[in-house]
Amino acid sequence: MATLEINDLHVTVEADNSTKEILKGVDLTVKQGETHAIMGPNGSGKSTLAYSLAGHPKYTVTGGTVTLDGEDVLAMTVDERARAGLFLAMQYPVEVPGVSVSNFLRTSATAIRGEAPKLRTWVKEVREAMERLNMDPAFAERNVNEGFSGGEKKRHEILQLELLKPHIAILDETDSGLDVDALRVVSEGVNRVREGGEVGTLLITHYTRILRYIKPDFVHVFAAGRIAESGGAELADKLEEEGYESYTKGGASE
Amino acid sequence: MADNTPAGSTTDGAITVGQPVDARVSSAPSYDVADFPVPHGREEEWRFTPLERLRGLHDGTAEATGALRVEVTAPDGVTVQTVDRDDPRVGRAGKPVDRVAAQAYSSFEKASVVSIPKESILTEPVRIAVHGEGGTVYGHQIVEVGAFAEAVVVIDHTGDTVMAGNVEYLIGDGAKLTVVCVQDWDDTAVHVAQHTALVGRDATFKSVVVTFGGDLVRLHPRVVYGAPGGEAELYGLYFTDEGQHQEHRLFIDHDTPHCRSNVAYKGALQGQDAHAVWIGDVLIRAAAEGTDTYELNRNLVLTDGARVDSVPNLEIETGEIVGAGHASATGRFDDEQLFYLQSRGIRGDDARRLVVRGFFGELVQQIGLADLEERLMAKIDAELEASVG
Repeated sequence: MATLEINDLHVTVEADNSTKEILKGVDLTVKQGETHAIMGPNGSGKSTLAYSLAGHPKYTVTGGTVTLDGEDVLAMTVDERARAGLFLAMQYPVEVPGVSVSNFLRTSATAIRGEAPKLRTWVKEVREAMERLNMDPAFAERNVNEGFSGGEKKRHEILQLELLKPHIAILDETDSGLDVDALRVVSEGVNRVREGGEVGTLLITHYTRILRYIKPDFVHVFAAGRIAESGGAELADKLEEEGYESYTKGGASE
Repeated sequence: MADNTPAGSTTDGAITVGQPVDARVSSAPSYDVADFPVPHGREEEWRFTPLERLRGLHDGTAEATGALRVEVTAPDGVTVQTVDRDDPRVGRAGKPVDRVAAQAYSSFEKASVVSIPKESILTEPVRIAVHGEGGTVYGHQIVEVGAFAEAVVVIDHTGDTVMAGNVEYLIGDGAKLTVVCVQDWDDTAVHVAQHTALVGRDATFKSVVVTFGGDLVRLHPRVVYGAPGGEAELYGLYFTDEGQHQEHRLFIDHDTPHCRSNVAYKGALQGQDAHAVWIGDVLIRAAAEGTDTYELNRNLVLTDGARVDSVPNLEIETGEIVGAGHASATGRFDDEQLFYLQSRGIRGDDARRLVVRGFFGELVQQIGLADLEERLMAKIDAELEASVG
């Protein structure tokens, strides 16, 4: 069973010629089949956690450990992490000029699966996954994220989630910028993957809205670079009522 | 990359405002080098070119001391001649438009003429292999295609040279000529040439210019129409590496009604001081009613330290046209793109290859010459192999 274990993770970032510590000792364990929501105010370090786990070069890990089934994730390159089963659905997916969606999907599926998917079944697999996300087939011929609307970018991220079948999926503010219809479609995509029971999900969000569609097993409140409180789904209801104020008081957040 | 950024986008987003075509040439076209002053580098047509790397081609100091080895492989029926400069075909497509082209015209000894007789449909390409064997050379090449003939001509440039030349394509009425011109020079070569195509009535000219090599390559493809109904498709690919200067300056002179032109040039750059220049001048004169023209330049900057100057310029003197447009865009392959692709399991060098192959692939397919397609993609892979490592 896939398990992601984060222990006392400290992460810094270089900004304006100074080094700033963003994550200040994060402890979290995500097991296959579980869904953890990480909620927190802006600037609390939620996205830093997501990008640090994926290995973005902007962030420097200064302390702690991250393991996936006992393997040292922090020692892996970005692509090795993905091949080990980590997936990050990005808040701001990047445009890649010259690369069509279909070429991109096939190349990444080949890398993740270790062999090129058989063309005939692959075409069908992609077409069906796109249909489920209400994506126009013409989408496959566009360049990756180039000229995509906010909703199209998020659907494209979830399409990859469905096709790449990671062990651990990190969804970084996948709900941001989506209208209710798009949110529903995207959430249904996430739920289809979760129902397989093969994936552990780390759902990072500012708002409780998405939790009406994707029910978490655990909710963690992120504040000032660490997890301030953990609980069940009821903790989200409390946040809905009270907001983050009680966690940000005292100026611990940057 | 945006689809239609304003004219003259450069990598840092600055916009160069296009100048009228007339302002681009500081001297009237002429066969005589003496009619052109020695450029000092601030002229519109020279401002992007590092004159000191022209090895004297521009200032009269480059003596013709070198040699080329030229091998022409032609199907039956095609004639290959060496002619004197008084041959009526020499200079027919048009006059040299800058000092180096005029220097070449004034300095060459014999011109080479490849003739495809009228109404002959070649099933095999004519291959012209030009190999530089060092030193300075001045050349003159003519490709003449008779009425209703169809031919593919492949010109390959390899080796080391300092060469200035003129190439003329004389395309007869209803004829179809495809020319693939490959600059695969050694990294030390200097190659400056004007290519002028004279497109006959209802004739079709397709040009594919591929520039990979050389220290400095400056090509000046020009199209003029001899009669209505002509069509020109100009494609180009360049891969500009560290320290290389590769400049393509196109000019399409629509002075005749009901002609078409379509230009698509794409370039990738990598390495410190890689410099690509693309100038696309299209002039639609008052008489050229029914003109249909479009030009596109796209650049992909793979590393820091490379520079692109892309200046499309369209000047229209009549409103009675079918269409006219241009697009120029320069995109960067950056760390964020690399991260995105790698986060999907794709290895770093595969990611770069994916982007570059994708970028050129579209154009290569559009060119529609199957064996060229394979050769170009293999060459692009080799360029990447050399740098990605």
